[in-house]
Amino acid sequence: MSLWVWLLLSCLFAYAWKLVGYLLPDSLLQNPRMSRMAGTMTIGLLASLTIVNTLASGQALVLDARLGALAAAAAALFLRAPFLVVVLAGAGAAALLRLAGWN
Amino acid sequence: MPITWPPKLLRSPAVRVGLSISVATGLYGVSFGALSVTSGLDFWQTMALSLLLFSGGSQFAFIGVVAGGGSGVAAMGAATLLGMRNGIYGMQLNALLQPRGWRRFAAAHVTIDESTATSTGQSDPDEQRRGFWAAGIGIFVLWNVFTAVGALAGGALGDPKQWGLDGAAVAAFLGLLWPRLKGREPVAIAVVSALATVLAVPFVPAGVPILIAAVVAAVIGWLSHGRQDEGLEPDIDPYTERHPGHHPGAGQYKGNGTNPGGAK
Repeated sequence: MSLWVWLLLSCLFAYAWKLVGYLLPDSLLQNPRMSRMAGTMTIGLLASLTIVNTLASGQALVLDARLGALAAAAAALFLRAPFLVVVLAGAGAAALLRLAGWN
Repeated sequence: MPITWPPKLLRSPAVRVGLSISVATGLYGVSFGALSVTSGLDFWQTMALSLLLFSGGSQFAFIGVVAGGGSGVAAMGAATLLGMRNGIYGMQLNALLQPRGWRRFAAAHVTIDESTATSTGQSDPDEQRRGFWAAGIGIFVLWNVFTAVGALAGGALGDPKQWGLDGAAVAAFLGLLWPRLKGREPVAIAVVSALATVLAVPFVPAGVPILIAAVVAAVIGWLSHGRQDEGLEPDIDPYTERHPGHHPGAGQYKGNGTNPGGAK
């Protein structure tokens, strides 16, 4: 039940961000630092989410089949595969490595 | 938007770009839906994210934190910080399209990476408007349809690890990050953020390392001077999607002088 609360609050804040750009006068948001910060934070968050999902298991760092998923996804992206193919490559690599006995 | 017959509307280059990006983006809603239910969210929680939050990166962040054992607050924090860039897009689009009345509130909801990129990639004001609405509405519809498909399929899969779905999440985040790594600076920011994350994981509760990385990246952005639209590339670039081989930086089509935030 409490996950619902955080989920709906996330939806509310997401819409608030979007609407802020339309409702506030341009001059308030023209600060180039705000725009840069939004961009660098996007890169930082996505990099962090990538590495957390690859290495973290709770509070432990582990090397497992997900490392193979990262490598396969990078290869697919390097070959300019579409997003869905990248995701399938990651899933396939992890599944195959587990089948081969590496958890 | 002037009322036009559908055949005429389909001849608009912006509408055609908007529709093809809708299909490409909508399809990866399948992976979101499947990953969401295997992360522990139920079908309706998954649908609520796609219908109400409607921003791919933030949605993946929310379920990514939950899947890693993080708390609801941490999931909300990551999703909300990742949504900040939509505020910048809103400001650009407000200057460009000047929606009035209820349209402004509808426009805000479909203000995401791809609709912004489709619109700012056009130079004619009518085309900018058509591109924005075509991509925004098209993606919203298909994203939600395919989220439902993925959620139903994911629920039927059984053990998600056997299918490598945790590997799919890794790939999805790398896929979202990849188009933003144009040049040395964004790569450096990504590496520093990843290092900060790895160092933090053993010492703080799950989910919090992601927020620490966000703060590190924000401080770098605040203190350094570089491209103003760094990191503000769409997950799927509507214009390179149509012309493979040609790879314009986001700044090339965002900095067309009519939007206040997109100067090069």
